[in-house]
Amino acid sequence: MHLITIYNMFVRDFRKQRKRITLTLIALMWGTISIMLLLAFGEGLHYQLSLNQKGMGSNIGVMWAGQTSIPFKGMGKGRRIHLYKEDPAFLAERIPEIRTIGGEYSRWGVRLKYRDKLLSEHCTGIPPEFEEMRHHIPQAGGRMINQLDMDAKRRVAFIGSQLKERLFEDEDPIGKVVMMNNMPFTIIGVMIEKMQMSNYEGMDEDVIAIPATTFKAIFGDAYLDDIVYKAHDPNQMAVIEKKIFEAMGQRYKFDPADDRALSIWDTVEGQKEMSNMLMGIKVFLGIIGFLTLLIAGVGVANIMYVSIRERTREIGIKMAVGARRAVILWQFLIEAMMITFLGGFFGMAISWALTEGFKKVPIDSDVLEFMGRPTVSPEIGLIVIAILGLMGLFSGLFPALRAASVSPVESLRYE
Amino acid sequence: MSPIIYMKQVKKRYQTGAVAFEALKGINLIVNPGEFIAVVGPSGSGKSTLMNIMGCLDVPSSGIYKLEDELVNKMTHNQLADIRNQKIGFVFQAFNLLPYATAFENVEVPLLFAKVNGKKRRARVIELLARVGLADKAGNRPTEMSGGEMQRVAIARALANEPDIILADEPTGNLDSKSGSGIVSLFDELHSAGKTIVIITHDMNIAQHAQRLVRLKDGLMDTGTEDPQLATAS
Ligand SMILES: Nc1ncnc2c1ncn2[C@@H]1O[C@H](COP(=O)(O)OP(=O)(O)OP(=O)(O)O)[C@@H](O)[C@H]1O
Ligand SMILES: [Mg+2]
Repeated sequence: MHLITIYNMFVRDFRKQRKRITLTLIALMWGTISIMLLLAFGEGLHYQLSLNQKGMGSNIGVMWAGQTSIPFKGMGKGRRIHLYKEDPAFLAERIPEIRTIGGEYSRWGVRLKYRDKLLSEHCTGIPPEFEEMRHHIPQAGGRMINQLDMDAKRRVAFIGSQLKERLFEDEDPIGKVVMMNNMPFTIIGVMIEKMQMSNYEGMDEDVIAIPATTFKAIFGDAYLDDIVYKAHDPNQMAVIEKKIFEAMGQRYKFDPADDRALSIWDTVEGQKEMSNMLMGIKVFLGIIGFLTLLIAGVGVANIMYVSIRERTREIGIKMAVGARRAVILWQFLIEAMMITFLGGFFGMAISWALTEGFKKVPIDSDVLEFMGRPTVSPEIGLIVIAILGLMGLFSGLFPALRAASVSPVESLRYE
Repeated sequence: MSPIIYMKQVKKRYQTGAVAFEALKGINLIVNPGEFIAVVGPSGSGKSTLMNIMGCLDVPSSGIYKLEDELVNKMTHNQLADIRNQKIGFVFQAFNLLPYATAFENVEVPLLFAKVNGKKRRARVIELLARVGLADKAGNRPTEMSGGEMQRVAIARALANEPDIILADEPTGNLDSKSGSGIVSLFDELHSAGKTIVIITHDMNIAQHAQRLVRLKDGLMDTGTEDPQLATAS
C-alpha cells in the first residue's frame, strides 16, 4: 500500500485531533501502567514466594511418629510409634526413590551463653545430609557439620543467621566457643540468610544445630523427633510415602493403611498448591489490569467513532478527489494503532521506570520480604504488547471499516 | 470525434424507506471534448444528481454511462476512485476544503492519492496556486480566506492531476457577484485551454458563458440544443 500517502495524511490529520488524542493517550497510559504493575506485582510475589519456599529445601518430605489407630495382629489401637536413629538408613535401603534421608533431634529451651549474653534457644541434632536437603548452607568462612563431626561426636555447632546476630552481633563467630547448658561448643559455621515461608520446629535462622550423634550423647534422647528425606524426582513423593508406610509398618508392626501411625508432610504437594494459588493470583491481577486497559481500548474505539463521525465530510472530500476505500480504512486503522502504541509505549516506559525505582528500595521491610519486588519480565512485556496490538487493531478496525464504506455523495451531504 | 461523456437512458432512483423517488428519469446526453456546457433547471430537478453521476461520485440505477468510451456502470470502487482522481476535477458550491489544512495542503491531497513524489508534488502545488492567482496564500487555512479565494483553491485542487473534465456544481452559489465573476473567468480560461467543462448554475449571466445549455425539469432534459440567448429570454 501507499504508505507514504497514508503517513502524510496521518501527520496532517493528527494536528487537528491533538486535544482528544492527548486524552486518549492518558487513558491508554493509565491502562498500560495498571496491567504492567499488576502483572509485575504478581511476578515479584511469585519469585519471592518460591524463594521463601526454597528456604526450607525443595522436594522434601518430613516424617513424624504418631499413634496407631487401627488394631493390628492382635495389638490394640492407640500404641505409640517411635522413630529410631537406625530408621533413616533402613528406609534408604528399602526405597530407591529416596535420594537423601536423615534423622533429626530437636530440643527447645537450651541455655546459650556467650560472654555476658544468656539466651534460651532451639537446638537440633542433625546429620551432614541437612546441608543439601534442608539448605543448611554455610556462609563464606564457615562450614556445615560433616561426617567427622558425627563420627567423633564433636562439640561443634552450626548456627542460624539471626541467632548469630543475637549472640555475636558484628563479631566473627567462627572458632568462638559458646556454652550450651554449660557445655562448651565451638562455632564452625553460620547459615546463609534465607527466606523461609514454612517451617516445622521453628525457623532455621534461629537454630543452633549440632551433630546428631553429639546430641544423642549429651541429651540422651531415645527417639528421633523427625526424619527428613528428599526424592530424586518430585513426582515420586506419593510412591515414597506409600513405601515408607509399608516398610515402617512391617518394622514396627502397624497397618500400612494406618495414617495416624506416621504423619508425613509432603512439601512438594504444598509447593504445587502454592504455585496453583500463585497462578490464580497472577491471572486475577492480569484480568484486573486487562479490564482497566480494555476501558482505555473502548476509549480508543469511541474516539475513533466520534472522530469519524466528525470527519464524515472530510472522508467524502478525500473520496471525491480520488481516495480509494483502502486509503481511508488504513488512515483510521493506523491512527488507532498509533494512538494505542504511543499510549502503550509511554505506559510501559513509566511502569518500567517505576519497577526499576522499586529495586532501589531496601528489602528489609517485612512487607517486601513477603510481597517481593514488582518485576517486569520479558513475558509481561510481550503479553502487554500483544494485548495493546489486538486492542489497537479492534478499536480501529470497526470504525475504520465504517468510514471506508460510506458513499462519497452521502458523506459530502453530511453536515 | 468520440464523445467524452455519453449517457443513454440514465436513471437514478432514491429509496427512502418504503418510498422510492426517481430523481433522473432517463437522461440522454452527449458531451464532446472541449465543450463548455451549463446545466440549468429549477431546484429539485436533478441537476446535482446528474452531476454526481457524471463525476463518478455516484452510479446510475439504470442506463448507460460511458466516460471516454469506458463503461462506468459496472466499475469497482477503486476504478471509480481512480477516475475521480485522474480524469475529473470536481468543484462544489460549498468549496469542500479540508478545514484544518492550508491552501497548499488542500491542493496537495489529490496528488498524494496519485502517489506523485514529494519534490514534484510541491512544485506542482505551487504552480497550481499561481495559476488561480493564490501564490501568496499557500499557508492560509480556509478560515483565513475569502469565499472567492476558497473556491480558487478548490479549482486548483480540481486541476491537480490535469483532468480533461471539470465539473462544477453551482460554483458561484456561495459567492458575491464580484468573486463569482472572477471564478467564471477562470472557467473561461480553462475552457480556452481545452478543458471540457460542465457547470450547474442558477445564474443566467453565467450560463451565457457556456456554448450549450442543458435544461432539466423533473428529472428529464429538454433537448440540449437550445441557444443560451433563447434561454435568457424565457
Ligand atoms: N440521497 C437522496 N435520497 C432521496 N432523495 C434524494 C437524494 N438526493 C436527492 N434526492 C432528491 O432528488 C431530487 C433531485 O435532487 P438534486 O439535488 O439533484 O436537485 P438539484 O437540481 O441539484 O436541486 P438544487 O438546485 O436545489 O441543488 C430532489 O427531489 C431530492 O429531494
Ligand atoms: Mg443541486
